[in-house]
Amino acid sequence: MFYREAGDFKTSYRDDGQTFPIRLDRWGYYAILAVAFLVVPFVIDSYWANAVLVPFLIYAIAAIGLNILTGYAGQVSLGTGGFMAVGAYAVYKLMTSFPGVPIVVHIVLAGAITAVVGVLFGLPSLRIKGFYLAVATLAAQFFLVWLFNKVPWFYNYSASGQINAPERTILGWAVTGPATTASAKYLICLVFAVVLAWVARNLTRGSVGRKWMAIRDMDIAAEIIGVNPLTAKLSAFAVSSFFVGIAGALLFSVYLGAAEASEAFGINKSFLVLFMIIIGGLGSIFGSFAGAAFLVLLPVLLKNVLVAQFGWPTDLAAHIELMIVGALIVFFLIVEPHGLARLWALTKEKLRLWPFPH
Amino acid sequence: MKLKLATVALGAVMAAAPAMADLVVPNLSYRTGPYGANGTQYADGFNDYFTLLNERDGGIGGEKIQTPECETAYNTEKGVECYEATKGSGALVYNPLSTGITYQLIPKVSADKIPLYTPGYGRTSAKNGKVFEWVFNAPANYWDGASVAIKYLLDQNGGDLNGKKIALVYHNSAYGKEPIRTLQELSKKHGFTLTELPVDPPGQEQKSQWLQIRRDKPDYVLMWGWGVMNQTAIQEAANIRFPMENFIGTYWSGSEVDVKPVGAGANGYKALTFHGVGMDYPIYEDMKKHVIDPGKASQGGQYVGSVLYSRGMYAAVVIAEAIAKAQELAGTAQINATQLRDGFEALDITPERLAELGLPDFGPEIKMTCDNHGGSGMARLQQWDASAGKWSLITDFTEPDQEVLDPLILEDSEAYAKEAGISPRC
Repeated sequence: MFYREAGDFKTSYRDDGQTFPIRLDRWGYYAILAVAFLVVPFVIDSYWANAVLVPFLIYAIAAIGLNILTGYAGQVSLGTGGFMAVGAYAVYKLMTSFPGVPIVVHIVLAGAITAVVGVLFGLPSLRIKGFYLAVATLAAQFFLVWLFNKVPWFYNYSASGQINAPERTILGWAVTGPATTASAKYLICLVFAVVLAWVARNLTRGSVGRKWMAIRDMDIAAEIIGVNPLTAKLSAFAVSSFFVGIAGALLFSVYLGAAEASEAFGINKSFLVLFMIIIGGLGSIFGSFAGAAFLVLLPVLLKNVLVAQFGWPTDLAAHIELMIVGALIVFFLIVEPHGLARLWALTKEKLRLWPFPH
Repeated sequence: MKLKLATVALGAVMAAAPAMADLVVPNLSYRTGPYGANGTQYADGFNDYFTLLNERDGGIGGEKIQTPECETAYNTEKGVECYEATKGSGALVYNPLSTGITYQLIPKVSADKIPLYTPGYGRTSAKNGKVFEWVFNAPANYWDGASVAIKYLLDQNGGDLNGKKIALVYHNSAYGKEPIRTLQELSKKHGFTLTELPVDPPGQEQKSQWLQIRRDKPDYVLMWGWGVMNQTAIQEAANIRFPMENFIGTYWSGSEVDVKPVGAGANGYKALTFHGVGMDYPIYEDMKKHVIDPGKASQGGQYVGSVLYSRGMYAAVVIAEAIAKAQELAGTAQINATQLRDGFEALDITPERLAELGLPDFGPEIKMTCDNHGGSGMARLQQWDASAGKWSLITDFTEPDQEVLDPLILEDSEAYAKEAGISPRC
């Protein structure tokens, strides 16, 4: 009853294969996009941008990136933080070396540089799998952070090893630097998130994505039916790192404005993004968004409720918050091991029949 | 799911908007995580001094002071969230007690025009008020500390450090890297060799660094550590029987929480400080009467008089004095952040004024101007007595080597001005 599917006929393969086959879903998607682009930028304030929506969008991009690698291609990676650092330092070096080039070009280039680095660190995946690969990518995490701390060229020889994003504009609107308005920050992240999610969705349902999934499900069988494991695995590392690099570039230049490698891109970041895709749902674009929302918004929400509403001491609230988030993660994984995306899919199945199940 | 969360969050935030009026001094504190043991004492001292002013004097100039607390866990992303959450409430000044968060906030406060007060931490070159209009770091900064420590060692060695070996054990972050440039310059000037030994944060793992110290046998070890790194380093130094009196920590590596876990082994350890320590100050009578005994102390007052408590209180004293000065200049009790900046720039805390506040000889004279946001930079040394369980001051306030520091500050601040497109004022 909730979904009225009567009369919603598919008369072509194109219709049948679309991302949102149910009309109501499709409308909902368009409505969310319309609100996100046409309403939110006008009402957003700097708290909502800086504490809630910008980190959510950036982490969603990183989660999509890791989901391509881990969820679709089945290669476990603990190097996300390191790859985000590559994106951040790449965009910093590009911004300061070529101030005349538009910032969007720099961000995309930073993604490309990260893709190259990702392929390099993806090479071991041709020989090792599972836990062993996780350890190899963990080495990437530590090596990259060490590198950015050690070599002064990466941080332009600043005394403290910090990198600071100078102001850059798009059509006269500052998108990095302190003068950036809340809506400009939000919009640039939103544009990147929407475009990259669209790219990811279309890659994963095309032949490239099918090859990744074949490798994930059984690499020997995939090889026998003609999937080249070399190109499939390395392309997964490249595309994934491209996404993660863009997330790192945005995190540094748009969101934080200043960063240092070990603090902003430590191992915690790798785990955070990994938890996002596990909670959100492996192998699902929606799951990446849901997982990012869960892990970014919930702590902020709990903090606001516990400290501001109940007036608890901040340290108690911080500890309780960790416990609640931890307990919820365990709860969700027990109730639905396939993550929030699966939960959402089940709800949708039920709603299609509701209120008259067979 | 997303929408539902967002609506609930919206409701929570709307309801959380604090009441306007009063003077708001947000306390971006941390009481959790690897730095929580240190951060919590500082936050208590900071809160308690403002509670004292509210209880005893009815605030500053008749206006009560609010110190809404926000937990940052020493994490820059949470620090940004806290800043955004509190800046709308009429925040007058920020004191985040984290060099990483300070770097994050310097561009933001400059755009939002809110002062940032970072005593003894943050970006050293912020001392140059011509470039850093909104940042203040009096009475002393990292480079001052490094210079005062070297001066002390010069004194110990009859004015000559030629051929001596000094190792720097530092937190591998913006914070720990700050003194390196100064120490390098000083090593050129005085002819000692400097070994840099980075420790990755949070710093529980330092075996290899101390093995190297055992092998190289430096004459002195300096430490730029914070949180759990301090205790570990002092424990490791005790393990390799490094002579504690040759081990000097920075301001942030010299509190009770750092030395107590090591027990008798920490006896003789020295640290820099820029204020007095202990309960032998008249202010604690008022503190006891108005704050502790009525049960209004932050966390029940369990850390009153400790090094970091004193430092938090000292930061609050300077902020309160700047607020009073700003009220005097603006002719109104209800000042805004811009007026507070003027108050900071006209601030002059003389030794007499400190005595009046009940803190005689507690800190150096603080005199700030439009171009000097860092005061005199004087610091002193304290030494840990493990059997008595207390810190005692072993030197007077010493002036740092401005001849070396001034060009460095100028160079770094001008580099920032160029990068950020700031034209110097004053």
